[in-house]
Order: sequence, then C-alpha cells, then structure tokens
Amino acid sequence: MVILQEGDRIELRLTPDRYVTVRYAGASGDFNPIHIDEDFARQVGLPGRILHGLWTMAQTARAATEAAGGDPTALLSLGVQFRGMGRMEQELMVSGEVKSVADGVATAKLEVTQGENRLIRNGVAELRTDVAGSSEGSAAQDS
Amino acid sequence: MPLPSDKIGKLYPPFDYAVGREKVREYAAAVGETNPLHFELEAARAAGYPDLLAPPMFVVVYCSSAFMTALFDPELEIDFAHLVHGAQEFRWEHPVVAGDEITTALTFAASSERAGLRFDTFETVSRNQRGELTCTGKWSTIIRGEE
Repeated sequence: MVILQEGDRIELRLTPDRYVTVRYAGASGDFNPIHIDEDFARQVGLPGRILHGLWTMAQTARAATEAAGGDPTALLSLGVQFRGMGRMEQELMVSGEVKSVADGVATAKLEVTQGENRLIRNGVAELRTDVAGSSEGSAAQDS
Repeated sequence: MPLPSDKIGKLYPPFDYAVGREKVREYAAAVGETNPLHFELEAARAAGYPDLLAPPMFVVVYCSSAFMTALFDPELEIDFAHLVHGAQEFRWEHPVVAGDEITTALTFAASSERAGLRFDTFETVSRNQRGELTCTGKWSTIIRGEE
C-alpha cells in the first residue's frame, strides 16, 4: 500500500471509445437508450449518446484506488454529484487531491472533466492508507 | 409538484443477487479495470480471496434491480422523461467475491421540492450470505418540472 499524504495529487486520463456505453449497458444492466441509441438520444434533445453517470463514477473510483496503491478494498467510501453529460471519443480526466489524513484514512476531493464540461463535481473519497512507520500487511490479507 | 411524502420510509422487498465469476470479469472490463484480482483466479486466491474480487463499483450491478423496482413503483409517481441521477454515495464494508449471494434492502428515504425540482433519496443496505454488510448506498434523483 501507498502512504497518502495531504496535498497528494490524483489524476487519471482516458478516452472512452465509441462502444464503451454498449459494453457498460450489458455489464451493468442499464440499457437506457440515451446511452446506446444515437437516434433516440437526439430525439430527446441530447447531442447524441451519452456516457452512463455510474460508469464515470467508476472511473473516479479507479483513479482513487490507483492513487492508494491499487488495492480495491482501500476505497472505503465515495460520494459524487453528477453534472454535465459525458461523450464518447473525447478525453476525460479524473483529477483530485488528498485534503486530509487521519487515523489511517485519507480523504480526497475529486472531479471529472471533459474539456470545459464538468461531469462530476464534489467527489469525496475515503481511502485506507498506510501510516508512516507502520509495517501492517496488505488489506487483502486482513479480510 | 406533488411529493409522495406519505411513502417516505417505504421498504421494498429484499432483492437477491448471485455474483458470477464471468459477470465480475465482464463488469471489470467494461469500466477499464486492469487489476488481476478481478480477472485471474490465481491472483485473487494468492491475495487471500476465495474467488475473483468484485471492483468496488460492482455494487451498482447487485443493487440495480432493487433501485429499478423502486423507480418503477407507481406509488412514487416518478416522471421518467424528466428524471436525472443527481448524486450517489457508497460506503464499502466487507469485500464481495464471485460466488457471494448478496441481498439488498432498499428504502425510499426522502423526498423534497426546491425551485420546481423534486429531490428523492433512496438508501440501500447490502449483505452477503453470511449476513456481513458489503455496502450501503445513497441514491439521489432529481425530477424536473414541466417547462
């Protein structure tokens, strides 16, 4: 595990491909046509198919987990507010910063942007972190 | 906008979900996970898990039917044409692995109106087959009034 400290930056960049919402619909069971049907999306006034908010939240979770050293169980909690609509084939960036560390738990603030468009704001993640000088084993072995 | 205030506190029948190994792989791939704990049995077992570890956000897979059931509950009078997912919170407890059977209870927790918008909150509590808490969730939706 990684020792997280106040001020540590979190960043993840990726460009969702044009079929990501189709795969996510199948994996998650969310087949809302605004995510998978270009004609339907335009008919209801959207610029086209949009990303699933919970897929975008999963990128936030991934960014936080990777910052904590990659152990998925290090993520203790995550809260987000959904804002703008995410699009395929445009680079998306999860960015954040560790705001405080106390009792082995780091609290980070996160947001997700795609150009000028903010998809997620006020993201707050709590991550289990090693404390300097500690020699505890990995989380997986504790569970 | 009328609020279903008398339905606040309504508890829905528990929903059961059996976590499949291939579903964990499919979900992990769909969100771009690369950690072998979600894909390779040997890696998961070497880390002390009995089977593939589900990514944290897999919670949406085992909770989705409970959430959809509530959204489609006619008593809540949800206007789908104007519904958006406003916010989401999860708190994870015991890890979930393939082979687990997760039971999720959902409560319609709150409903309020502000500036012509209706704000609803649903709460989920999920436990595995041993009764261990795996995740609690707070699902917040917004319904816009007719323009």
